[in-house]
Amino acid sequence: MPETAIELVGVNKWYGTFHVLKDINLTVGTGQKVVICGPSGSGKSTVVRCINRLEEHQKGQILVDGVELTNDAASVNRIRSEVGMVFQQFNLFPHLTVLDNLTLGPIKARGMTKKEAEERARHYLERVHIPDQAEKRPGQLSGGQQQRVAIARSLCMEPKVLLFDEPTSALDPEMISEVLDVMVDLANEGMTMVVVTHEMGFARKVADNMIFMDAGEIVEHGPPEEFFGAPRSERCQKFLSQILQH
Amino acid sequence: MKKILTFTLPLLILSGCSSSSIWGWYVIDPRTNTGWINIKFLISGMGDTILISVIAATISIILGLLVAMPGLSNRWPIRMINRVYVEFVRSIPLLPMLFWVFYGLPIIFQSMGLNVPIDPFWGAIITLAISDSAFTAEIYRAGIQSIPKGQSEAAQTIGLTYSQSMRYVILPQAIRRILPPLANQFIYIVKMSAFASVIGMQELTRRANELVVTEYRPLEIYTLLILEYLVLVLIISAGVRWLERRMGADER
Repeated sequence: MPETAIELVGVNKWYGTFHVLKDINLTVGTGQKVVICGPSGSGKSTVVRCINRLEEHQKGQILVDGVELTNDAASVNRIRSEVGMVFQQFNLFPHLTVLDNLTLGPIKARGMTKKEAEERARHYLERVHIPDQAEKRPGQLSGGQQQRVAIARSLCMEPKVLLFDEPTSALDPEMISEVLDVMVDLANEGMTMVVVTHEMGFARKVADNMIFMDAGEIVEHGPPEEFFGAPRSERCQKFLSQILQH
Repeated sequence: MKKILTFTLPLLILSGCSSSSIWGWYVIDPRTNTGWINIKFLISGMGDTILISVIAATISIILGLLVAMPGLSNRWPIRMINRVYVEFVRSIPLLPMLFWVFYGLPIIFQSMGLNVPIDPFWGAIITLAISDSAFTAEIYRAGIQSIPKGQSEAAQTIGLTYSQSMRYVILPQAIRRILPPLANQFIYIVKMSAFASVIGMQELTRRANELVVTEYRPLEIYTLLILEYLVLVLIISAGVRWLERRMGADER
């Protein structure tokens, strides 16, 4: 077992009286790739959003790189600086050029000079295969290109962990693979990743650990061979048969 | 100026004369000596109307943002500061507020041992700015809240603090949506500045009133007064449309 990057211990969360997360226990080792799937409303996005404090959990512990996530602003900032996030809706800043989207964080949050930040931004744009779009605005790019810019934006902060919240769900089918290719490259380079997705081909290729959630619980988890080969729970079997049908 | 009026006023005069003889445009006929002096007298209020409006709007734009900020808080006691201010201020009619500021406020200052005279100029500005700030605050709040939540979430995940995300991510986007209603408010301020005439500020309306008293020609003088406001507002509208085009051009 490699060093632990993320650890969730008995995490619970309620929206009012609605119990969204029920006793979530999850360990992600450094360099590991965890793929979370499950029906909508199962709490899978919420788990990811709790890891960088976009949502607050009410009970249990979340540790990132050994630091516990509490209400203390310093701990939240510390963890956010190590955790990058890629959203379903990209959430690029539409009023800024691609380059400015990438350099805003490094310049304002990290105090880098403009020149350093731009160098870094161009380096990561190269890695997501769109070095020539730096001066454009997000609205001028295709969905797939926008999501790759969003990935590059996260990488510019050089995080230890990258979270993906359904990164391909808002994309047209022909653009999904260009985003997944970038994610596979990242996985192969050893990035620690937690990915919420229904792309099971991607999951088989990169996942070290598969997680199936339903109704706020982790129903099943295990290495992909086991998970896809012989799912134990009925709910997971049913879910997999539904999404793998096509 | 004299040329434009020489062309347009006779048209008005003609249209008036054709229907009946109730119009007496001679009072502001730029071709006659008295008429021209009267016109210059009326227009001499323009400077103060513009100055009062611009200063009041500037204060209101800053004050409104400061009032809007607590309205965006997650904590309700802080949000209440915003609610109380907005509900209280916008419920006060402008004229009573003007009286209170001009006649009442100096008494409060005096009782505190402060000698702060409030002249009509600043009395009008304070009143207009405070009264308007409740509305600009609501415009800011609506504009900021209209920016998708994902934007501030993305800003957080790249390590920006709350004020950095406001400054670099949210406000630059919100300003495009805020600008048109804010321009409306400016037009509103220009028109409401007419109330300053009541406390003796010699702006457009006051000048018109003064001339009516000496010339007994309310119909013609107030008609010209209305046209003066019309011209002002049209100029502002054109300016705002230019600004909107310029800001919109680099959005996509």
